[in-house]
Amino acid sequence: MRKRKDDMADQVDNIVEVRGLSFMRGDRVIFENASFDFPRGKITAIMGPSGTGKTTLLRLISGQIKPDAGTILVNGQNVPELTRNELYEMRRTMGMLFQSGALFTDRTVYENVAFPLREHTNLPEAMIRDIVLMKLQAVGLRGARNLMPSELSGGMTRRAALARTIALDPDMIMYDEPFAGQDPIAMGVLMELIKLLNQALSLTSLVVSHDIHETASIADKLYVISEGKVIGEGAPKELMNSESPLVRQFMQGLPDGPVPFHYPAQDFEDDMLGGES
Amino acid sequence: MIARLRMIGRSGLNVLQVFGRSGAFVAQSLIGVPNLKRALPLFIRQLYAVGVLSLPIIVVSGLFIGMVLSLQGYTILVDYGSEQAVGQMLALSLVRELGPVVTALLFAGRAGSSLTAEIGLMKATEQITSLEMLGIDPLRYVIAPRLLAGFFAMPLLVMIFNVVGVWGGYLVAVDWLGVYDGSFWSNMQNSTDFYSDVMNGVIKSIVFAFAVSWIAVFQGFDSVPTSEGIGRATTKTVVYSSLAVLGLDFILTAVMFGDF
Amino acid sequence: MRMRTLELSVGLFMLIGFASLAVLALQVSGLSWAPEKGSYTLYASFENIGGLTERSKVTVAGVTVGRVTKITLNKETFSGVVEMAINAEYDNFTADTTAAILTAGLLGEKYIGLISGADEELLKNGAMIEDTQSALVLEDLIGQFLFNKVNE
Repeated sequence: MRKRKDDMADQVDNIVEVRGLSFMRGDRVIFENASFDFPRGKITAIMGPSGTGKTTLLRLISGQIKPDAGTILVNGQNVPELTRNELYEMRRTMGMLFQSGALFTDRTVYENVAFPLREHTNLPEAMIRDIVLMKLQAVGLRGARNLMPSELSGGMTRRAALARTIALDPDMIMYDEPFAGQDPIAMGVLMELIKLLNQALSLTSLVVSHDIHETASIADKLYVISEGKVIGEGAPKELMNSESPLVRQFMQGLPDGPVPFHYPAQDFEDDMLGGES
Repeated sequence: MIARLRMIGRSGLNVLQVFGRSGAFVAQSLIGVPNLKRALPLFIRQLYAVGVLSLPIIVVSGLFIGMVLSLQGYTILVDYGSEQAVGQMLALSLVRELGPVVTALLFAGRAGSSLTAEIGLMKATEQITSLEMLGIDPLRYVIAPRLLAGFFAMPLLVMIFNVVGVWGGYLVAVDWLGVYDGSFWSNMQNSTDFYSDVMNGVIKSIVFAFAVSWIAVFQGFDSVPTSEGIGRATTKTVVYSSLAVLGLDFILTAVMFGDF
Repeated sequence: MRMRTLELSVGLFMLIGFASLAVLALQVSGLSWAPEKGSYTLYASFENIGGLTERSKVTVAGVTVGRVTKITLNKETFSGVVEMAINAEYDNFTADTTAAILTAGLLGEKYIGLISGADEELLKNGAMIEDTQSALVLEDLIGQFLFNKVNE
């Protein structure tokens, strides 16, 4: 509680606060005593090389997996300690956009967006229709409402999934690699949408990505993580000129640096001359 | 030596763990009062998928098995001059054994494997996680209707299999081989008891339905969400449920028809 | 519309399933819808029941009137006591009724044949039939045959 008061004093209201997070998968350390703050109403991005547990962080925040140590406060509730029912209750206030979109393949786009409304509310059909069309209009897919997910392109799938995610008007949306594998136009559309939705619906957005330029251009705050630790934190511009060589290598996309180009191996000359060993 | 003992112990513990996990999994999906208005359409959709779509294979195999039984029985019984007993042999072997067992094996291959693959695919495409994130329990929404549809559909399929099998046997014995149809039916009716034969067959089919649906759904939910993992899970479903059906059949037969 | 055909086919499927159960009950196992008239119990004691089992038929003149419900051993006389459930419709067996264990065909199943006598008195529920003829045991028959041969 005191923690929250301090934050209030700082005039920063964090929707998610992660403290001392540790998580292991088997013998591999994914997070080690890491801390994050995600301010309300802002777009915060989490960046880092592949395999550093960016997606894992989203899954930890949404309570799909439990950390080995640390607290994850979402709106003041500690996620790892919630019961199953409380967890499902909490998830209604957050949305998640998956890399694959994860639309229900046996339903049309319209039915996909209507799904959470039908499951969680008792709204009359006419009202559901109005809401669905509004959400589809927001992502520009009102005309595609009768298509099946298999008929959509990759970018359209993500937009349809986004419409479904905002159907229940969540407080926060987590985007898992929203730009991965998209053509430049679809990427531009998605960037615009994330920014627009964040302003129009006064959302909080968490973006996990390794597309530096796109992410840096829409994010208010960036975290760079590597090997389970936060190695850089701040506004995108600050990080571009960071002191840390590792952050700089990542932000500027240099092939060699603290993260070596070569997989650890014995000396090249020895290897070539050594023959069988 | 000690290492080998440890390995045996560890694999034993693993097996126990899987049983515990899958038991908890079934309990969690079935306990609680469902919302009928929302659950019924889901249930009907699954009943269609596992029941109606399995009908063709059940009907065709029932017909052929009945015909083969009749033909084989006739060739043996005719040597003893008691070919009219073919009705008795046909009905008893179908109702007690072949109906429940063959239906369960076909059900595992047809409906069980597709259940596993479907759930595995939903997992691989993050649809299961996405349900969780929409605040909907996938156990209640995805798993429960499929389990219940399996429990419900299989006994009905067994009944249909039995009737089609008897009809196929009748065709061969009476219409083709010329067994007198009055003694065909009376022999059958005299030897088959409704409670101890037909109902025991129904009980068997319910037990098999539980085993096969449980294995299929759990393998799907527990699969590694890659195309290789789903393939392996589907194979496991068919292998495990076939073994479970045959093993349970022996136990049930011993309890029901054995003289203790 | 799609949902409707789906519901229709599922309904049809369930109908066929339950109809099949009815066919199995009526045509295959010969269960009749006529309400069970109830039954009464008779006992018969045999020196040798030779292969008679529970659920075997009890017949009179070839007509089935009941079935064997239980077979026990009388510990004092060492004879087999057979409990029979006789259809309540046939309640006029005389007290001197005889019971025999018969065989359907040469090697077929064993069943009990009752032959009513001429006595005025009738058998009541729980009565014991004293006049019985045991099952034919092939080995005994052969033994007797050989014994007679030797005696000749």
